[in-house]
Amino acid sequence: MESVLFVVAAALSLVGGVGVVTARAPVHSALSLLVVLVSLAVLYLTLLAEFVAVLQVIVYAGAILVLFLFVIMLLHAHNPELRPSSGPGRIHRAVAGVCGGALVALVAFAVLRELRGAAEAPVAAGFGTPQSVGRELFTTFVLPFELAGVLLLVGIVAGIVLGKAPERRAPERTEGRPEEVRLSRSGR
Amino acid sequence: MTVPLSAYVLVSLLLFVLGGLGVLVRRTALIVFMSIELMLNSVNLAFLTFARMHGDLSGQLVAFFVLVVAAVEVVVGLAMLVSLFRAHRTVDVDEMDLLRG
Repeated sequence: MESVLFVVAAALSLVGGVGVVTARAPVHSALSLLVVLVSLAVLYLTLLAEFVAVLQVIVYAGAILVLFLFVIMLLHAHNPELRPSSGPGRIHRAVAGVCGGALVALVAFAVLRELRGAAEAPVAAGFGTPQSVGRELFTTFVLPFELAGVLLLVGIVAGIVLGKAPERRAPERTEGRPEEVRLSRSGR
Repeated sequence: MTVPLSAYVLVSLLLFVLGGLGVLVRRTALIVFMSIELMLNSVNLAFLTFARMHGDLSGQLVAFFVLVVAAVEVVVGLAMLVSLFRAHRTVDVDEMDLLRG
Protein backbone atom coordinates (compact mmCIF):
# COMPACT_ATOMS: atom_id res chain seq x y z
CA MET A 1 0.00 0.00 0.00
CA GLU A 2 2.68 2.45 1.04
CA SER A 3 4.90 1.49 -1.87
CA VAL A 4 2.04 2.02 -4.34
CA LEU A 5 1.47 5.46 -2.84
CA PHE A 6 5.17 6.24 -3.13
CA VAL A 7 5.42 5.13 -6.76
CA VAL A 8 2.36 7.13 -7.82
CA ALA A 9 3.38 10.29 -5.94
CA ALA A 10 7.01 10.12 -7.04
CA ALA A 11 6.06 9.55 -10.69
CA LEU A 12 3.56 12.43 -10.55
CA SER A 13 6.13 14.76 -9.03
CA LEU A 14 8.72 13.92 -11.68
CA VAL A 15 6.21 14.30 -14.53
CA GLY A 16 5.15 17.64 -13.04
CA GLY A 17 8.79 18.68 -12.77
CA VAL A 18 9.35 17.93 -16.46
CA GLY A 19 6.18 19.92 -17.15
CA VAL A 20 7.48 22.96 -15.24
CA VAL A 21 10.70 23.01 -17.22
CA THR A 22 9.34 22.21 -20.68
CA ALA A 23 5.95 23.98 -20.83
CA ARG A 24 5.82 26.82 -23.33
CA ALA A 25 3.30 29.00 -21.50
CA PRO A 26 4.05 30.15 -17.92
CA VAL A 27 0.50 29.23 -16.86
CA HIS A 28 1.10 25.60 -17.80
CA SER A 29 4.34 25.68 -15.82
CA ALA A 30 2.49 27.01 -12.79
CA LEU A 31 -0.13 24.26 -12.99
CA SER A 32 2.58 21.62 -13.34
CA LEU A 33 4.22 23.13 -10.26
CA LEU A 34 0.94 22.61 -8.42
CA VAL A 35 1.05 18.90 -9.33
CA VAL A 36 4.62 18.69 -8.00
CA LEU A 37 3.76 20.47 -4.76
CA VAL A 38 0.72 18.31 -3.95
CA SER A 39 2.43 15.02 -4.79
CA LEU A 40 5.41 16.09 -2.67
CA ALA A 41 2.99 16.72 0.19
CA VAL A 42 1.88 13.09 -0.17
CA LEU A 43 5.51 11.96 -0.04
CA TYR A 44 6.00 14.05 3.11
CA LEU A 45 3.06 12.23 4.70
CA THR A 46 4.64 8.85 4.00
CA LEU A 47 7.78 10.20 5.73
CA LEU A 48 5.75 10.94 8.89
CA ALA A 49 6.06 14.70 8.39
CA GLU A 50 2.41 15.62 8.86
CA PHE A 51 2.97 19.20 9.90
CA VAL A 52 5.30 20.03 7.01
CA ALA A 53 2.90 18.34 4.57
CA VAL A 54 0.02 20.52 5.76
CA LEU A 55 2.23 23.62 5.55
CA GLN A 56 3.30 22.59 2.06
CA VAL A 57 -0.31 22.58 0.87
CA ILE A 58 -1.31 25.79 2.69
CA VAL A 59 1.78 27.91 2.05
CA TYR A 60 2.98 26.63 -1.32
CA ALA A 61 -0.13 25.45 -3.10
CA GLY A 62 -2.33 28.03 -1.39
CA ALA A 63 -0.26 31.20 -1.27
CA ILE A 64 2.87 31.04 -3.39
CA LEU A 65 1.21 29.47 -6.40
CA VAL A 66 -1.63 31.99 -6.34
CA LEU A 67 0.99 34.75 -6.26
CA PHE A 68 2.68 33.20 -9.28
CA LEU A 69 -0.62 33.04 -11.16
CA PHE A 70 -1.37 36.67 -10.25
CA VAL A 71 1.95 37.86 -11.65
CA ILE A 72 1.56 35.73 -14.78
CA MET A 73 -1.83 37.30 -15.45
CA LEU A 74 -0.48 40.75 -14.58
CA LEU A 75 2.38 40.57 -17.04
CA HIS A 76 0.23 38.53 -19.43
CA ALA A 77 3.40 37.42 -20.96
CA HIS A 78 4.36 37.80 -24.52
CA ASN A 79 6.49 34.73 -24.66
CA PRO A 80 10.21 35.41 -25.17
CA GLU A 81 10.87 31.73 -25.84
CA LEU A 82 9.23 32.03 -29.24
CA ARG A 83 12.15 34.05 -30.55
CA PRO A 84 15.15 31.98 -31.61
CA SER A 85 17.79 31.80 -28.91
CA SER A 86 21.01 33.74 -29.26
CA GLY A 87 22.68 31.08 -27.16
CA PRO A 88 25.44 28.59 -27.99
CA GLY A 89 25.27 26.20 -30.89
CA ARG A 90 24.47 22.52 -31.14
CA ILE A 91 27.95 21.21 -30.30
CA HIS A 92 28.15 23.30 -27.12
CA ARG A 93 24.75 22.00 -26.06
CA ALA A 94 25.73 18.38 -26.70
CA VAL A 95 28.97 18.68 -24.72
CA ALA A 96 27.17 20.46 -21.86
CA GLY A 97 24.46 17.80 -21.82
CA VAL A 98 26.94 14.92 -21.73
CA CYS A 99 29.03 16.54 -18.96
CA GLY A 100 25.93 17.40 -16.91
CA GLY A 101 24.49 13.91 -17.29
CA ALA A 102 27.79 12.34 -16.27
CA LEU A 103 27.97 14.56 -13.19
CA VAL A 104 24.42 13.65 -12.16
CA ALA A 105 25.12 9.94 -12.65
CA LEU A 106 28.30 10.21 -10.58
CA VAL A 107 26.58 12.02 -7.71
CA ALA A 108 23.63 9.62 -7.80
CA PHE A 109 25.97 6.63 -7.74
CA ALA A 110 27.99 7.99 -4.80
CA VAL A 111 24.96 9.01 -2.74
CA LEU A 112 22.99 5.85 -3.35
CA ARG A 113 25.96 3.61 -2.58
CA GLU A 114 26.36 5.44 0.70
CA LEU A 115 22.68 5.06 1.51
CA ARG A 116 22.36 1.38 0.60
CA GLY A 117 20.66 -0.42 3.43
CA ALA A 118 19.66 2.82 5.16
CA ALA A 119 16.49 2.15 7.10
CA GLU A 120 13.90 4.12 9.01
CA ALA A 121 14.91 4.76 12.57
CA PRO A 122 12.36 3.82 15.23
CA VAL A 123 10.55 6.98 16.32
CA ALA A 124 8.43 7.91 19.28
CA ALA A 125 4.69 8.21 18.83
CA GLY A 126 3.70 11.66 17.59
CA PHE A 127 6.80 12.14 15.42
CA GLY A 128 6.17 15.03 13.03
CA THR A 129 2.79 16.07 14.39
CA PRO A 130 2.12 19.79 14.93
CA GLN A 131 2.51 19.24 18.69
CA SER A 132 6.00 17.76 18.54
CA VAL A 133 7.26 20.13 15.83
CA GLY A 134 5.79 23.10 17.68
CA ARG A 135 7.42 22.09 20.94
CA GLU A 136 10.78 21.83 19.19
CA LEU A 137 10.18 25.16 17.47
CA PHE A 138 9.60 27.02 20.73
CA THR A 139 12.45 25.40 22.66
CA THR A 140 15.50 24.43 20.62
CA PHE A 141 14.78 26.58 17.55
CA VAL A 142 13.27 29.65 19.17
CA LEU A 143 15.96 32.08 17.91
CA PRO A 144 15.70 31.04 14.23
CA PHE A 145 11.94 31.13 14.65
CA GLU A 146 12.01 34.77 15.76
CA LEU A 147 14.46 35.61 12.98
CA ALA A 148 12.06 34.00 10.50
CA GLY A 149 9.39 36.39 11.77
CA VAL A 150 11.68 39.37 11.16
CA LEU A 151 12.51 38.00 7.70
CA LEU A 152 8.83 37.74 6.84
CA LEU A 153 8.29 41.33 7.96
CA VAL A 154 11.20 42.49 5.77
CA GLY A 155 9.68 40.52 2.90
CA ILE A 156 6.30 42.22 3.34
CA VAL A 157 7.85 45.70 3.38
CA ALA A 158 10.07 44.93 0.40
CA GLY A 159 7.14 43.54 -1.55
CA ILE A 160 5.06 46.66 -0.94
CA VAL A 161 7.90 49.06 -1.77
CA LEU A 162 8.96 47.24 -4.93
CA GLY A 163 5.45 46.52 -6.14
CA LYS A 164 4.12 50.06 -5.68
CA ALA A 165 3.24 51.87 -8.89
CA PRO A 166 5.74 54.64 -9.66
CA GLU A 167 4.35 57.99 -8.52
CA ARG A 168 3.44 60.51 -11.15
CA ARG A 169 5.14 63.85 -10.66
CA ALA A 170 3.23 66.03 -13.10
CA PRO A 171 -0.02 66.73 -11.17
CA GLU A 172 1.91 67.78 -8.04
CA ARG A 173 3.88 70.46 -9.85
CA THR A 174 0.94 72.01 -11.65
CA GLU A 175 -1.21 72.16 -8.56
CA GLY A 176 -0.16 75.53 -7.16
CA ARG A 177 0.32 77.44 -10.40
CA PRO A 178 -2.36 76.72 -12.97
CA GLU A 179 -1.88 79.91 -14.99
CA GLU A 180 1.75 79.33 -15.65
CA VAL A 181 1.02 75.88 -16.95
CA ARG A 182 -1.67 77.20 -19.21
CA LEU A 183 0.68 79.90 -20.49
CA SER A 184 3.50 77.53 -21.21
CA ARG A 185 1.15 75.15 -22.92
CA SER A 186 -0.34 77.83 -25.19
CA GLY A 187 3.13 79.19 -25.90
CA ARG A 188 4.14 75.91 -27.43
CA MET B 1 6.98 -4.18 1.43
CA THR B 2 8.36 -0.82 2.49
CA VAL B 3 10.03 1.71 0.25
CA PRO B 4 13.79 2.09 0.74
CA LEU B 5 14.73 5.60 1.82
CA SER B 6 17.28 5.85 -0.98
CA ALA B 7 14.36 5.97 -3.42
CA TYR B 8 13.23 9.21 -1.80
CA VAL B 9 16.73 10.62 -2.15
CA LEU B 10 16.75 9.60 -5.81
CA VAL B 11 13.46 11.45 -6.42
CA SER B 12 14.91 14.47 -4.63
CA LEU B 13 18.05 14.35 -6.78
CA LEU B 14 16.06 14.12 -10.02
CA LEU B 15 13.79 17.01 -9.02
CA PHE B 16 16.82 19.14 -8.14
CA VAL B 17 18.41 18.40 -11.50
CA LEU B 18 15.16 19.29 -13.30
CA GLY B 19 15.00 22.58 -11.42
CA GLY B 20 18.61 23.41 -12.18
CA LEU B 21 18.02 22.60 -15.83
CA GLY B 22 15.05 24.96 -15.85
CA VAL B 23 17.09 27.78 -14.32
CA LEU B 24 19.82 27.34 -16.93
CA VAL B 25 17.73 26.73 -20.02
CA ARG B 26 14.53 28.76 -19.79
CA ARG B 27 14.40 32.45 -20.69
CA THR B 28 11.08 33.48 -19.14
CA ALA B 29 11.93 34.90 -15.72
CA LEU B 30 8.72 33.49 -14.20
CA ILE B 31 9.61 29.95 -15.22
CA VAL B 32 13.11 30.44 -13.85
CA PHE B 33 11.51 31.34 -10.52
CA MET B 34 9.33 28.25 -10.62
CA SER B 35 12.40 26.12 -11.29
CA ILE B 36 14.03 27.61 -8.21
CA GLU B 37 10.93 26.60 -6.23
CA LEU B 38 11.35 23.09 -7.63
CA MET B 39 14.93 22.97 -6.35
CA LEU B 40 13.92 24.24 -2.89
CA ASN B 41 11.22 21.58 -2.69
CA SER B 42 13.58 18.81 -3.65
CA VAL B 43 15.95 19.91 -0.89
CA ASN B 44 13.03 19.84 1.54
CA LEU B 45 12.25 16.27 0.49
CA ALA B 46 15.86 15.29 1.19
CA PHE B 47 15.75 16.95 4.62
CA LEU B 48 12.56 15.12 5.55
CA THR B 49 14.00 11.81 4.32
CA PHE B 50 17.09 12.23 6.49
CA ALA B 51 14.93 13.25 9.44
CA ARG B 52 13.07 9.96 9.03
CA MET B 53 16.31 8.05 8.61
CA HIS B 54 17.79 9.33 11.86
CA GLY B 55 14.54 9.60 13.78
CA ASP B 56 15.46 13.22 14.49
CA LEU B 57 12.94 16.06 14.33
CA SER B 58 15.57 18.71 13.45
CA GLY B 59 15.33 17.89 9.73
CA GLN B 60 11.64 18.75 9.75
CA LEU B 61 12.39 22.04 11.48
CA VAL B 62 14.94 22.91 8.79
CA ALA B 63 12.34 22.10 6.15
CA PHE B 64 9.99 24.52 7.91
CA PHE B 65 12.57 27.31 7.75
CA VAL B 66 13.26 26.55 4.09
CA LEU B 67 9.53 27.01 3.50
CA VAL B 68 9.61 30.43 5.20
CA VAL B 69 12.64 31.59 3.21
CA ALA B 70 11.06 30.33 -0.03
CA ALA B 71 7.91 32.34 0.66
CA VAL B 72 9.89 35.54 1.26
CA GLU B 73 12.05 34.88 -1.79
CA VAL B 74 9.02 34.51 -4.03
CA VAL B 75 7.41 37.71 -2.74
CA VAL B 76 10.52 39.83 -3.21
CA GLY B 77 11.50 38.17 -6.49
CA LEU B 78 8.09 38.60 -8.09
CA ALA B 79 7.89 42.23 -6.93
CA MET B 80 11.29 42.87 -8.53
CA LEU B 81 10.06 41.14 -11.67
CA VAL B 82 6.97 43.34 -11.85
CA SER B 83 8.98 46.55 -11.46
CA LEU B 84 11.52 45.33 -14.03
CA PHE B 85 8.67 44.66 -16.41
CA ARG B 86 7.33 48.17 -15.81
CA ALA B 87 10.70 49.66 -16.70
CA HIS B 88 11.71 47.49 -19.63
CA ARG B 89 8.56 45.77 -20.92
CA THR B 90 10.19 42.35 -20.97
CA VAL B 91 10.36 39.18 -18.89
CA ASP B 92 13.22 37.72 -20.90
CA VAL B 93 16.24 37.09 -18.68
CA ASP B 94 18.54 37.36 -21.70
CA GLU B 95 17.44 40.93 -22.31
CA MET B 96 17.98 42.08 -18.72
CA ASP B 97 21.63 42.96 -19.29
CA LEU B 98 21.95 46.50 -17.93
CA LEU B 99 25.25 45.71 -16.19
CA ARG B 100 26.75 44.20 -19.30
CA GLY B 101 30.05 45.79 -20.25
